Amino acid sequence: MRIVTTVDGAVYIDDVEPRMLLVHYLRDRLGKVGTVVGCDTGNCGACTVLLDGRSVKSCSVLAVQADDHAVTTVEGLAQHGDLHPVQEAFHENHALQCGYCTPGMIMATVDLLTENPAPDEAQAREALEGNLCRCTGYQNIVAAVLDAARRTREETDDTRAARENAGGAR
Amino acid sequence: MTAVDPHTDTASADHEIGRARRRKEDAHLITGRTRWTDNIVLPGMLHAAILRSPVAHARITRIDVGEAARQPGVIAVFTGADLADEQGSLPCAWPITEDMLSPPAPALAVDTVNFAGEAVAVVVARTSYEARDALDSIDVDYDDLPVVLDLADAAADTEVVYPDLGTNVSATWTFDSAEAGTGGDVDDVIRDAEIVVERTFRQQRLIPAFMEPRSVVVDPTAPQLTMWSATQVPHVLKLMLAMSLDIPEHTLRVIAPDVGGGFGGKLQVTPEEVLTLLIARRLGKPLKYTETRSETMLAAHHGRDQIQKLTLAARRDGTVTGLKVDLLADMGACLRLVTPGVPILGAFMFNGIYKFGAYRFTCRNVFTNKVPTDAYRGAGRPEATFAIERIMDELATELSMDPLEVRAKNWIRHEEFPFDTVAGLTYDSGNYEAATARARDLFDYDGLRAEQARRRERGDPVQLGIGVSTFTEMCGLAPSRVLGSLSYGAGGWEHAAIRMLPTGKVEVVTGSSAHGQGHETAWSQIVADRLGIPFDDIEILHGDTQSSPRGLDTYGSRSLAVGGIAVVAAAEKVVAKARPIAAHLLECAEDDLEFAEGRFEVTGTAKSVALTDVALAVFAAHDLPDGIEPNLDSEATYDPDNFSFPHGTHLCAVEVDTETGFVRIDRYVCVDDIGRVVNPMIVEGQIHGGLAQGIAQALYEEAVHDESGTLLSASFAEYLVPSAADLPSFVTDRTSTPAPGNPLGVKGVGEAGTIASTPAVVNSVLDALRPLGVREIDMPCTPMRVWHAIRSAEGENR
Repeated sequence: MRIVTTVDGAVYIDDVEPRMLLVHYLRDRLGKVGTVVGCDTGNCGACTVLLDGRSVKSCSVLAVQADDHAVTTVEGLAQHGDLHPVQEAFHENHALQCGYCTPGMIMATVDLLTENPAPDEAQAREALEGNLCRCTGYQNIVAAVLDAARRTREETDDTRAARENAGGAR
Repeated sequence: MTAVDPHTDTASADHEIGRARRRKEDAHLITGRTRWTDNIVLPGMLHAAILRSPVAHARITRIDVGEAARQPGVIAVFTGADLADEQGSLPCAWPITEDMLSPPAPALAVDTVNFAGEAVAVVVARTSYEARDALDSIDVDYDDLPVVLDLADAAADTEVVYPDLGTNVSATWTFDSAEAGTGGDVDDVIRDAEIVVERTFRQQRLIPAFMEPRSVVVDPTAPQLTMWSATQVPHVLKLMLAMSLDIPEHTLRVIAPDVGGGFGGKLQVTPEEVLTLLIARRLGKPLKYTETRSETMLAAHHGRDQIQKLTLAARRDGTVTGLKVDLLADMGACLRLVTPGVPILGAFMFNGIYKFGAYRFTCRNVFTNKVPTDAYRGAGRPEATFAIERIMDELATELSMDPLEVRAKNWIRHEEFPFDTVAGLTYDSGNYEAATARARDLFDYDGLRAEQARRRERGDPVQLGIGVSTFTEMCGLAPSRVLGSLSYGAGGWEHAAIRMLPTGKVEVVTGSSAHGQGHETAWSQIVADRLGIPFDDIEILHGDTQSSPRGLDTYGSRSLAVGGIAVVAAAEKVVAKARPIAAHLLECAEDDLEFAEGRFEVTGTAKSVALTDVALAVFAAHDLPDGIEPNLDSEATYDPDNFSFPHGTHLCAVEVDTETGFVRIDRYVCVDDIGRVVNPMIVEGQIHGGLAQGIAQALYEEAVHDESGTLLSASFAEYLVPSAADLPSFVTDRTSTPAPGNPLGVKGVGEAGTIASTPAVVNSVLDALRPLGVREIDMPCTPMRVWHAIRSAEGENR
């Protein structure tokens, strides 16, 4: 089956088997190996990506379902060499050790903050229930989520301030 | 809620050690620029898939691979018969007794299968999909044999796994303080005791459940055969592959690229590694095998699985006088790399932090038809710590004493260190009083006891329980002489090398093989301090036997306490080699030079030269003293004299809903003493992760088999690795009693949280329920188990 997808901003046209999972398409066909496979039952969330801006477990989506849609992986988050606020927060809060769950955790966090820009600790823990980490005990991941929320709000404020300043100067 | 803020620098600005440096490792991991083994693609690479036995014990009477071989894309299919001459037996490096029974452990089953999940055939195809598809076309006839599952039955030889051996008992290992001269006769002590407490505890079988499934790639197309593997132990793996497959060691290179967790689960020489190597070599093509998560659960080694019978002797004032331990340890179907040694590591820890005078430990290692056990975070020490910390609570209960009071009555006092224990070790340092006092304050122990009393008084359906665990552990594996005395097949040293580059940059080679521990950051901090080189100018190389030819890898909380000290020693050698050259350049005597902050300075003058300038001068070699080798590079191998003994006090408060059996951790406080700290942020992360795994054993995780030996908990849907929603925030703090045995004063931290937390949680659950008549609950304390325990206690009380 022929599919047309936009992955991390680039357009790809490929023939894929109908049964091919999105995560295998990303890894084996596009070389997007930043997204990883941690289980085969949809429980671990390591393969989480954004499909049209909302998180999906790419092991539970067929590549053909991404036809005519936009996929964002962890490789497409940083813009012009600047880390995404969630990536910064994971680094600053030591929210990763081995790093294998990290791509999925980061993408799930991006989705959470889209849904709820100011989660409290309990909401962050609930929202990440579908993403397993074996190294961190989650404490620093939760701290990173709350920190990323702050960073995102500040960035938004800065952007607004910059726009207003620019408007004032005109 | 952390008392030690990981974001605060704890040392002066110009010293790296003690700083909460953000990790160098993160940049590529948070952007997905990773090098997991499964990412590797080589020209002409083929893919392997493994057919696994669906039955736990059977004779293979027929395998028909003809249909599979004709499937699209299939290049070859291999059975045990095809590889029988080459595959030998998977290695076991720890013959704990001279007469230990160790049946052959083939990578690919030849004529019998001994556990469900054992590899039976391998398909090689152009793609992983084609390889996996073809597995369905292989036809195997199994002739069922009696299945041995229950540990106690296995020890009684009701049925045997290996009829040729005639018994399931692989070895019996004993330590007796009277024989060893470290204490008295425990039978005398028990006979004379004022009170004897007997308990039997079950250590359930656990699955390490590292997040990255195992993966291996072998490239046989160069004179030196290269293996990439998701392993903790590239050096051990290379040596063991060479020895067990008769491959010349110098023709092998093993690389552990990015490795996604291990926790002991990747401390192994696996059937999958052996098969990928043998088949790639035979086909002359690069070959990759990556397992599914279900295969990880089935076929990667498990951990724990013991029955522990303890007899504790004490006086009525709470003074413990002796302990006898009878252990049954499930080996599973065969002995893998360190399988038989795991319970033996526990033998030295059942005395915990206490100083009673008589001890006997007997362990029977027993075969069953289950996947082999081996190292899992703590390896022997969590089991021992659980048992002693549980029975200390039982003693407190019998004597109506506070559990902390019983512990304080028996523990080694700060001024008594170094202390020779009844188990034959010398504890290096510790301050149990300080850690306990701090934990008690942070926890509000007295306040929670008062709240507990109120809930008991009013018969609240949600009861409060308070659990204590005061632990120590032996880590920094390990003094080579000690390992030798325990018949372990290798030493416990570690190696490091430092390369001074002409541009002032530095490469540090370590034999430790990190897979999440943060070596690149911590080792850079050490070298930055010791050589005065900027943190960012240091690169840490590890996990490749070509760039790091000597090493013993990462496990047993050994990296910093052994590998980190090797780095210190190598740095000292660099300075020593640079000194005569610096003296030559500065035209002074060597003795007039002081080395500090990266510069050699002529004492009392302003004349100085930077170490990096010496490195450049050495590279040019235009003007060196006569007879001096133009090379500052140095290497060092460090073998510790003793283990290091971190310790801590962990306090847990749980709410137990007596109507549903649900347990919720209300407060968890731990104060750990791991000596000096290189990076407090990394240390705290290690504690958090360790706590999560220990709590998981107490409340969530268990590998469950049905009566035919099929693993029921074979995915993350059934095996409950806790999520963020299942765990609380922890309150962590530290006290610092430096290790006297090494120049950094450091102890290990990788396993501390796991070792300490399990008994703290279970003690708290039982503390909540004792007034209801509940005396014991097996782990994991699931709502169903807790609910049943409450109901059956009610039944008895009625």
